[in-house]
Parts: sequence; C-alpha cells; structure tokens
Amino acid sequence: MDTPQKLTRKDFVSDQEVRWCPGCGDYAILAAMQRTLPELGATRENTVFVSGIGCSSRFPYYMNTYGFHTIHGRAPAVATGVKLANPALDVWVVTGDGDGLSIGGNHLLHVLRRNVDLQILMFNNRIYGLTKGQYSPTSLVGAKTPSTPMGSIDMPLNPCAFALGANARFVARGIDTSTSTLGELFTAAYRHRGTSFVEILQNCPVFNDGEWEAVTMRDVASEHQLWVEHGKPLLFGKDRNRGLRLAAGGRHVEVVTIGENGVTEADVAVHDQTNRTLGFMLAQLALPGFPMAFGVLFCDPMPSYDATVGAQNADALTRLGTGDIDKLLRGGHTWTVE
Amino acid sequence: MDTPVRPTDAEGREILDSVVIRFAGDSGDGMQLAGMQFTEATAVAGNDLATFPDFPAEIRAPAGTTFGVSGFQIHFASHDVLTPGDEPDVLVAMNPAALKVNLRDVPKGGLVILNTGAFTPGNLKKAGYTRNPLEDGTLDGYRTLEIDVSKLVLAAVEPHGLGTKDALRAKNLWILGLLYWLFSRDRTPTVEWLRRKFAKRPDLAEANIAALNAGHVYGETAELPTGISVYKIPKAHLSEGHYRNVTGNEALAWGLAAAGRLAQLPVFFGSYPITPASSVLHTLAGLKHFGVTTFQAEDEIAAICSAIGAAYAGVIGVTATSGPGMALKGEAMGLAIMTELPLVILDVQRAGPSTGMPTKTEQSDLFQAVWGRNGDSPLVVLAPATPGECFAFAIEAVRIALEYMTPVIVLSDGYIANGAEPWSIPNFADLPAITVKFRQDPTGFNPYLRDPETLARNWAKPGTPGLEHRIGGLEKDFDSGHISYDADNHQKMTDTRAAKVQGVANSLPEQTVDCGDDHGDLAVVGWGSTYGSIQQAVRRARREGLSVSHVHVRHMWPMPRNLHALLSRFERILVPELNTGQLVKILRAEYLVPAQPLDKTSGMPFRVSEIAQGIRDALAKP
Repeated sequence: MDTPQKLTRKDFVSDQEVRWCPGCGDYAILAAMQRTLPELGATRENTVFVSGIGCSSRFPYYMNTYGFHTIHGRAPAVATGVKLANPALDVWVVTGDGDGLSIGGNHLLHVLRRNVDLQILMFNNRIYGLTKGQYSPTSLVGAKTPSTPMGSIDMPLNPCAFALGANARFVARGIDTSTSTLGELFTAAYRHRGTSFVEILQNCPVFNDGEWEAVTMRDVASEHQLWVEHGKPLLFGKDRNRGLRLAAGGRHVEVVTIGENGVTEADVAVHDQTNRTLGFMLAQLALPGFPMAFGVLFCDPMPSYDATVGAQNADALTRLGTGDIDKLLRGGHTWTVE
Repeated sequence: MDTPVRPTDAEGREILDSVVIRFAGDSGDGMQLAGMQFTEATAVAGNDLATFPDFPAEIRAPAGTTFGVSGFQIHFASHDVLTPGDEPDVLVAMNPAALKVNLRDVPKGGLVILNTGAFTPGNLKKAGYTRNPLEDGTLDGYRTLEIDVSKLVLAAVEPHGLGTKDALRAKNLWILGLLYWLFSRDRTPTVEWLRRKFAKRPDLAEANIAALNAGHVYGETAELPTGISVYKIPKAHLSEGHYRNVTGNEALAWGLAAAGRLAQLPVFFGSYPITPASSVLHTLAGLKHFGVTTFQAEDEIAAICSAIGAAYAGVIGVTATSGPGMALKGEAMGLAIMTELPLVILDVQRAGPSTGMPTKTEQSDLFQAVWGRNGDSPLVVLAPATPGECFAFAIEAVRIALEYMTPVIVLSDGYIANGAEPWSIPNFADLPAITVKFRQDPTGFNPYLRDPETLARNWAKPGTPGLEHRIGGLEKDFDSGHISYDADNHQKMTDTRAAKVQGVANSLPEQTVDCGDDHGDLAVVGWGSTYGSIQQAVRRARREGLSVSHVHVRHMWPMPRNLHALLSRFERILVPELNTGQLVKILRAEYLVPAQPLDKTSGMPFRVSEIAQGIRDALAKP
C-alpha cells in the first residue's frame, strides 16, 4: 500500500452545515477535535463518533468520520458494542451533562468501571439546551429555570468526581475556549487505553450564558484555574506563587502563597496522577476559596475491557479449538432411530 | 394407565402405550433434576416424550409450604407425544405440600407415591392440612405407594459417611431409582452423569449412586400392593435420524451459533439476566470458540444498545429478554428500525403485566412485539412452535435481519424455553448459507441506498475507507441519507420502512395446514407453544368425524402471503391463545375474518381437553 497521504483538519470536516447557536462553546470543541485527529495520525475510516441526544450529541454529523447519533443517554452502551465488535476502531463518545449524568447515568457508571477503550467527552454547560433551558444534574442549587422557577433544590453532581467514584482510570477536565489545551487533553485521552473521561466546561450562550465566567474569564483565569501536570508542583496564580499544600496528614488541601508565612515551593504538593485520593480532592476544588483544577486529574491505566474480552475469546479458541456445530449438537446423550 | 385390557411382555411386565409422571416436592428437593434425569433415561429407552417443568420464582421458598412446591411433568409413549399430558398417571409427592397442590390433577385410579417420612405434624400444618391425608380418606380411590423415603435413604447412604442433611439430599435419586425400576429404565446414564457431576467429590457421587440403587432394589424386593406392577412402554416409531433431547433456550443459543457460521460473521450477544431467558446467555457464554462474544450488560437497555452498536460495526447483533425487558428495549428497537440495522431480539415470554409471574408461561407479548414502539415502527416477528423449532428460527431470524437490514423478534415462551423434546439433529452441511454483502465501493455511496428488490439499505461498516457516514434516530432523506424534516420525505420513508418489512413475506414459505384439509367447517389457528395441545385436540376431533383443521402460524409479522386466502376457505376460525386475544385481533383487523378467541391466562399451558371443548363449542354455535 502507498504511504497514506497526511490528513489535515479539512479532511475531518463533514459536508453538513453546523447547526449550533451562534457563540456556542461546541464550535470551539469541534474545531479542536478536527485539528487534533490528523496530528494523532487517526484515520477517517477507523474513527467512530457515538453520541446520545442533546446539543452536544449533534457532534458526529460534523465529523467526516463514521458516526452514530443514538438515543438519549445510551451512547456508552452503543459504543461498547461497537468497540467489542471491532476493537481496531477508535471510538469516541460525545455526551452532555444531561445525557450522560441524568438519563444515561447508569451506562456512564458501568462503562467507566469496565474500562472499555473509549474516549468520552462530556460537554458540561449545567443546563438542558435542546429542550430549552431546564436545570441539569450539574446545575447549582438555586438555579432558576423554566422547571425550577423558585430555584433548583437538587444537589449537583461533579462529573469528574462521579467518574473517579466509578473507578475510571483516566479523568481530565478542560474548557471549551481553551482550545490548545483541549488538543492536549484529547491526545492524552486518545493515547490512554481504557475509558478516558474528559469533562469540558462549555458555555451555552442562550440558556445559561456566563455560567463558567468566574473560572474562565481571561482576567481571572490565572487565579481561578489550576492546571495540573504529573510530577509538577500544583501551582497557580499570575506569578505562579500560589499552590496547594496537603494538610491534616494529606486528608485535605489548602491554598498557600510561596514566600508568605515561611512557605517555600518545597511545601507545595506535587501532582501524582496515579493517586486517586488526590484526584478526588482536585476534582472537587471549587470557587470561592480554591481554584478549579484542569488537565489530567487522574491516569492509572489497567487492561481495557475489550482487550480482556478478546483475550478470553482467544483463550477459549486455543483450549477448545474452532467450534464445530455438528459436534456441539451431538454433545451429551444422543440416539439413532433406524 | 387406565387401559382396561392389560397386556404383558415376555418378562411379565405390563405393557402401556403412554404414561404421564409428575414429580413434586419442595423447591430444594431436586425434582427438576430427577425429572431431567428421567427424561434422559426415557429418551435412551426410545420413547417419544414431552416435558413441563413448573417451578416457583423463589429459589428456595420456605420449606414445606405450598407455594414452594416445584414440579416436573413428563409424558412419554410408544406413539408420538405432542404435549406433557393433561393429567398425571403417576404423582410423586415428596411432602404434604406437594400432595396438597397436585392431587387434584390426578384422576382416580392414578398411582400416588408418597414419602411418608415428610408427613410430620409440622409439615402437615405448613401445607394447610388439619388432618393427615394418609389417614383421613383423602387418598381413597387412588393406588398408593407409601414409603418412608427419608429413612431408607439415610440407611442406604450411611456407609458413605455423609451427614444427615447431605444424605437426605439424595431422596430424589432414591425415588428416581424406584421409578426406573417401575418403568424399566436403564440406570447407567444417570450413574455416569453423577460420576461426571461429582468428579471432584467421589464420596458424593457414590452416595447418590447408592441412593439410586437402593430405590431400584426396593422395587425389586418389596411386596408391591395389588394393582401395581412393573411397566414396559415399547419404543416409539420416530422418524429415522439421529436424536437428542433439547430445550427451547438451548436450541435458540445453538441456532445463533450456527447462524454465525452460516453467515461467516461473528455473533455479538448483549443481554441482561431475566427469567426465563437467562439460560440463552449462559449457553452462549460457553460458545466463545464459535465466534460468539457475550456481554452481560448493566440493564436491558444497554443490552440491546450494545447489540445495535455491534451490528453497526458489522457483526450479528443479538439480545434476549422477557416481557418486562422488552418494554425497556422498545426505544432502542425504534433506533434499529430507523437506522435499518440487522438485529435479532429474543423474547422468551412470561406471564404479565409488570413482573407478573416470572416462571409461568404466557403468549401476551404479541402486540408488544408487533406494535409496541413509538411511531410507525415495523419489524419482523417470528414464533417457533416447539423447543426443536427454536434452532431453525434462530437461523431464520438472522437470515431475515441480514437480508433485509431490519430488526427481527423471535417470540418464544417459558414453556418452550424449559420444556424438552426429542429432536432430530440436523447436519450443519444441510443448512442453507446466509449471504452477507458489505458495501465496499465509495462511488455514489450513501448509507440509505437500497436494494431495489428487498429495499434493504446497504451495510457499510466502520473501517471501510471512503464510506464514512453518519446515521442516527432522526429521519433521513430518502435520496441522500442526510437528516430531513421534509414532509413528503417522511411520508415516503414511513411507507418505505413498512413496504420493506411487508416484502419479507416474499421470502417466506406459504402457510400450510398442520393437520387436516385446507378448507372446512373450522380452522383452529394457533401460534407458538400451544402447538402440541392444538394438534392433539384437532386430531381427536377429526377422529370423531368433525371437519376441523389446525393452522399454526410461525411468521407473525409479516404474515404468510396466502394466509388470508387459506382462512377464507373455512366457515369458522377459532384462535386459542395464552393471552386475552391478541392474534385473533390481528387476524380480524388484517383480514376481516370472523375469528373467535379461546383464551387462557393462568400461567399454565392449554390442556388438550380445553381446546377439544373449545372446538365443540365453536362448531355448536349457530
């Protein structure tokens, strides 16, 4: 075969007109994906995007790859079937906070614990967009929406904490407009063999505009965003002089400033992406008082589900030989009538 | 066993042509196991047979209670056997509760074998007896064998050093030994089976064999009461061939494995445990070396969705469930219909609604199968009539799914799933190949290009260069396959989906008459597991000179092309069903024929006598 032609962003753009609202955060995520896949060496024919229902779930139509826009909440289950049927495919799941954590919460839980080799992107805008603005499982208490005129009384879920609790082996968080870091996160998720869960803070300009502003606005970003990197100190701030220190014997973290109260950089905790307890603490950091954590919060690979299924199937074949239908039907007691 | 003249063979054994035995005891007494072993021994002895296991949903209901009684009925004969029998000739009652529940079904003169050791004051009370039925005349008119099985078993297995609890577990084998002697069965297959089963515990194997032998010896040496002798049931005249016993769920699983081989495609089976479908999953999980991947999903919805994902990726996607699970899978079936993917859905029906009676049989999911989804959502529905037919219908379902790119439902039920019958084993080489065409050519491709004849869309699997495409649950444009909200297009696509499924009828055999003429006074139209009862009732009616025929529908949707014409040649139509009248309404709606219902929803199969009465009533109507 000839050396395959190097693909570019354009090769991954489908002929379908994108129909998200003007200003929607999804545009930036789509662009980041179309730019990243060629850099990863991914091919169109071996890439499959599977989605559920909701604004985010229109994503597959805009990728010039294989795509399956399924039913509400069920994308992880469909994607599991795709991957088990053909483990050679790169399978991405695109979901939202409503699709993935409400109607599809059960499937998300189980795909994460099984560790099927998929990349799951959850666009979290803390609102139901496609059904016109009801509160979602990640909406904050008090959120006033058409279905909660007096304010939501539901305790919100934290998607990354949910994933860690389900024993996910790869958990990361990014921001829709931070497209260069999105590319890095997609790359890390793609390279991780097993379920890679990526929460993306995404702005819905129509029903929940500015929901993430306190974290994402340029003027506050450096103080309110903590970008973690394995083996590097957990530092943030304009002057990179603020950090997280483990307190109470490592049971929680506190914000310290280097140079104040005798604090040195040596006091700042170093990110260990294989430490699930640290991952939990990072996932739950929230304003006010703490920056929000971004990047790969946790990554500790183990064999993927599809690989283990394949190994069992291969083992059965080795031990029993290729199955023979005639022998199968004639196993046990048989008798002949003449 | 009520044969007035009692012929005997050279060894003095009374010759019978047909016997029905019911084993009944606590759900922990091993009645299913005893029944299945008796079934194997009976098959080896060359009789035709049919079985009916009937057990409670509780794994171990409180011991001694009537709701904890587990039963296994077997009908075997020297002629062909169509049903497990209406009334037992022999009842084995291992405790008072088993007697209480089952005695009413035994006609006077029948043989009742009782384990008197279990007739303790405590057990009598738990069964709701205020007086001991062994003493108060309850058993008058029956022939009885009253044996303290518990005591005899303890004595028999004593040399093997088991504790009392383990020793008493062998009661079922003691009884089996006695019945083997009474009905001249060979013990060898059961002895071999016990040695295999307890390969790692030879002490248990030998103790159970000792119990089996002790029951047999008891028969040989004990003075039997007058009227009880050893029986011989001559071999049945089965058609030539190689036979085995098979249950419906086994046959479905083997049929799917065979279908994978015939289509030369892997099989993906995504399922969630549910009674009475689970054993299909268990069987297929042991067939990995046949190219079968099994996936126990987190719920019914994930099970079907994983199968749809697998079908999208280019393998044979299958899921299995029962009624409640069918309800949960409905939306996903709609997705498979909209995306026109091949998918097989096995529904092993049980009594409903809601949780209903999980271990009891019913045929009440027909409407759900044919119409139970949002929108106009046609698919194909098949219904095998016997355990053995499940094998061919699993293959037929895969063929239709792949050839027409459509979901196909196979309706089995608890009775077919667990019942066993001798099955003439087919040769794999004689099975028809299934042709699969994957799209390879990118020129002019779109995912909804159709075969002009079958209307099946082309199947383009991920991994194929140049055929990248997107599908989903939104309506598609007929010409391009892109999303479309166009009014005329939706009309055209709705019509096309319906026409495609109706067109499946072109590849189906015409409806034949299962018994009788193709015209007459009455057609008895059945489907699914009622086959044996209807067949026997119709044969009986025809012997009485009545103009009755049996028409058994196996292709429920679309129905056979000639069914309307066939039914139009009968004056009357009677439709026996284990529901409140579903096929009868479909026949009336589709064909405007004067079909009348004969319904039963007790969780039990039809007795032959019930259908025979229905036939007389139908013919008597003015």
